[in-house]
Amino acid sequence: MTDVEGPPGMRIGVVAETAKSETRVAATPETVRKLIGLGYAVTVQAGAGVRAGFEDSAFAEAGAEIAEGPVWDAEIVLTINAPEPDEIEKLQPGSALVAMLAPRFEPERVAALAERGVTAMSMDAVPRISRAQSLDVLSSMANIAGYRAVIEAAHSFGRFFTGQVTAAGKVPPAKVLVAGAGVAGLAAIGAAKSLGAIVRATDPRPEVADQVRSLGGEYLAVEVEQEASTDGYAKATSEDYDRRAAEIYSEQAADVDIVITTALIPGRPAPKLLTAEQVASMKPGSVIVDMAAAQGGNVAGTVAGEVVTTDNGVTLIGYTDLPGRLPAQASQLYGTNVVNLLKLLTPEKDGQLTLDLDDVVQRGLTVAHAGETLWPPPEVSVSAPAQPAAAAPVEPQEPKRPSRFRHVIGLAAGVALFAVTAAAPPALAGHLTVFLLAIVIGFYVIGNVHHALHTPLMSVTNAISGIIVVGAVLQIAVDDAVVMALAAVAVLLASINIVGGFAVTRRMLSMFSRS
Amino acid sequence: MTASSLTLAAYLVAALLFVVSLAGLSRHETARAGVGFGIAGMAIALVTVVVTALGAASTLGIVLLVVAVLVGAAIGLWRARVVEMTGMPELIALMHSFVGLAAVLVGWNGYLEPGALDPALEGIHHGEVVVGVFIGAVTFTGSIIAYLKLSAKIASAPLTLPGKNVLNLGALVAFVVLTVFFVISPSVWLLVAVTVLALLLGLHLVASIGGGDMPVVVSMLNSYSGWAAAASGFLLSNDLLIITGALVGSSGAYLSYVMCKAMNRSFISVIAGGFGAPSSSGGAEVTGEHTEVDAASVADALSAARSVVITPGYGMAVAQAQYPVAELTRRLRESGVEVRFGVHPVAGRLPGHMNVLLAEAQVPYDIVLEMDEINDDLAETDVVLVIGANDTVNPAAAEDPTSPIAGMPVLKVWEAGQVVVFKRSMAAGYAGVQNPLFFRENTRMLFGDAKDRVEDIVAALKATAPTS
Repeated sequence: MTDVEGPPGMRIGVVAETAKSETRVAATPETVRKLIGLGYAVTVQAGAGVRAGFEDSAFAEAGAEIAEGPVWDAEIVLTINAPEPDEIEKLQPGSALVAMLAPRFEPERVAALAERGVTAMSMDAVPRISRAQSLDVLSSMANIAGYRAVIEAAHSFGRFFTGQVTAAGKVPPAKVLVAGAGVAGLAAIGAAKSLGAIVRATDPRPEVADQVRSLGGEYLAVEVEQEASTDGYAKATSEDYDRRAAEIYSEQAADVDIVITTALIPGRPAPKLLTAEQVASMKPGSVIVDMAAAQGGNVAGTVAGEVVTTDNGVTLIGYTDLPGRLPAQASQLYGTNVVNLLKLLTPEKDGQLTLDLDDVVQRGLTVAHAGETLWPPPEVSVSAPAQPAAAAPVEPQEPKRPSRFRHVIGLAAGVALFAVTAAAPPALAGHLTVFLLAIVIGFYVIGNVHHALHTPLMSVTNAISGIIVVGAVLQIAVDDAVVMALAAVAVLLASINIVGGFAVTRRMLSMFSRS
Repeated sequence: MTASSLTLAAYLVAALLFVVSLAGLSRHETARAGVGFGIAGMAIALVTVVVTALGAASTLGIVLLVVAVLVGAAIGLWRARVVEMTGMPELIALMHSFVGLAAVLVGWNGYLEPGALDPALEGIHHGEVVVGVFIGAVTFTGSIIAYLKLSAKIASAPLTLPGKNVLNLGALVAFVVLTVFFVISPSVWLLVAVTVLALLLGLHLVASIGGGDMPVVVSMLNSYSGWAAAASGFLLSNDLLIITGALVGSSGAYLSYVMCKAMNRSFISVIAGGFGAPSSSGGAEVTGEHTEVDAASVADALSAARSVVITPGYGMAVAQAQYPVAELTRRLRESGVEVRFGVHPVAGRLPGHMNVLLAEAQVPYDIVLEMDEINDDLAETDVVLVIGANDTVNPAAAEDPTSPIAGMPVLKVWEAGQVVVFKRSMAAGYAGVQNPLFFRENTRMLFGDAKDRVEDIVAALKATAPTS
């Protein structure tokens, strides 16, 4: 083994969550196995995974040591919720802490961690760039929350989601409006769609329309000039936009059965999307799941962590622990995000944590290191939306020139045709008329031909272009040896075409068969 | 009712039947009825014209007429019976040349025996003679060259004379000048000059176009043969000829347009020659490792797949691989694998060539889809078999703007789970463009004759199939 030469791997401690409502755990037996694979030793606090359905014995089987008390003294501490002040005191100076620290909202805690000399890595501060997606806890939790929001809504909704025609009558499908098509919104769209509902979605970022459609949802565009997002998060919206959006929400509130709101703007209270009047306009029995309840709610009347029923019978769900309601799944995804982070921090797979602050991902999520507060990190721009803007002006330019050229040609041809026909003797003009109309008919008739029949079409046109035999037959009646001979040859050739063309077409068509 | 009004009525019915015939050919369900309408129209036209001719012709003329029709019909039937489906492009090109030659002969006769002419129309008549002879002669030699190239009797590489575009344009200008002279004072020599000029133009026009552009050339010649018939109609003041010629002409032009669009090229650029010319060396250098595979592993991959798409190209026709391919398809479908075909519009040497080949091998036509119908499904396909196709599946067309074939719509086979390319060697395709597909991670190369390799796969499938 390799650890004969190098120092022994660092010890990772997995702490049991102390928050009362927390059901999740920062590592699962599966992720413990992977951490050990990276060269670390792992100690799990007894009972840490019980509420997520992972027994101590499963952790032990995966190779972890089970410790009776909390393991705050490990070299690397994994937890989900940020530690309380007294827990911070237990951390060893120089150790590393991986948790969801919400540095934007709780700068004092970050300062305390820095003071303690802890390297603090916040899983909810991962920059939104594609390389970092595998460690983005916000995404993985939002995904679970979006799914769970639909399940909660379905649970409270007194009807089917899917439309059915039963012996006992017809059931219309439920209509679901998802406000905000971020990760949570998209997960909700997918879940609601697979339950059979009609799903609509709103979002201020027009670039998400395709993602909404790809999940089977309908994107309700707010037709107002809107800046493209550069950091992957939604921004605050303009006044015009808000007015138009409010109209859409009014229309939708009266129509849909389920509303799931997911609108969050980093660093600000959640935007208000549905007013009390709009909630009042909803049908009795409708359900609203306000996923932004913890940040003040998107819907008037939401109570964080509670279920409220309005006077008109609308259920308003304000749960703030939606990911925790799927504890095993949430722990698995959180744990995998942590493993991916440690993979990044352990390039040699030798159990030694090496922090590279020049790397934007590592710099972004490290909020405290060596006694200093490193939040907020320098800005990272996701730059992706620049692409369509650059492509747009190029596209229309290219066909422009030929199209004007074509107009000129078309006009010239029209004028020439008019002049020729006007100057021609009546007999010729008549023939020209027949000729041109036949061309137009030909184009329309051929325009619908199935691609598989191109060859039979060609052989039939071959046969009927043998109609030139008509001319040759008329000429054979002339009393001139040369003309007669030439005409006879022409008749012969045209006859080959006619008979051969039709015969070969019939033969070909007889081969085409359906399965 | 006079004889002449009866004739006109019969012509009108025949012309309508031709329109209905072409309309019927647009769908599988009505295609056979369409051919029936065409035959009926032709029969009506022939009976009418023969009856008209019988009244005027000498005994010798009648004998000649009957003999010519019978001999022609016999040759036509014989050719139609024995032609191989891989040989359809040659047959069709040859038949275009017949129409062209007939138009030349009719045009010459129109000059030698103008009949009673209104002096006011004499100039127009002579103009019609020249135009008819010119179009007919271009069609004639052009089709002969196309026939020779398609049947590999001459090399299919484009002939590149110095200043070939100047030659073509010069010929057109000379034609206009000669026409003007001929209309002013007709003479046999002028007509001979026009005929020779047109014969040479047709020869040069097609000789300078390469094999891969043949779908455009064949449909272009189809169009010309129609215009030639229409020109004869003007010459003889016969509306039936004009209508039929116009129908055929616009049909061929439409097919040419479809083919050009499928190659992202303009008609002019095809005529002006193109791919394979030494100058076209643009495009990013493609190098890399290709991964070889054997027939047995392909058989394994196929039997494990849920959906398979086969994209055939001209190579399948050359190797005569359509029968083993059909056998492979049948076998896979029986074991529950979804098999479909993705046909690029310019695959093969004739519009619809692949469809006819697959139909001959009894592949049901409803699993043979066009590029646009299948392109979006390729990403969800497990295995794609590329048999004898190259440029039509080249990712450079979609991804490398500097590639000579950039912008040409292609089958996006590289989006599938795995791609197996049947190829004789690592040589570049017709367009002389290296294909980065071969070096993709999900691409496997199966070298050798396509027919033998497909037979090997079928044999491997047979060996592993449970005996039932």
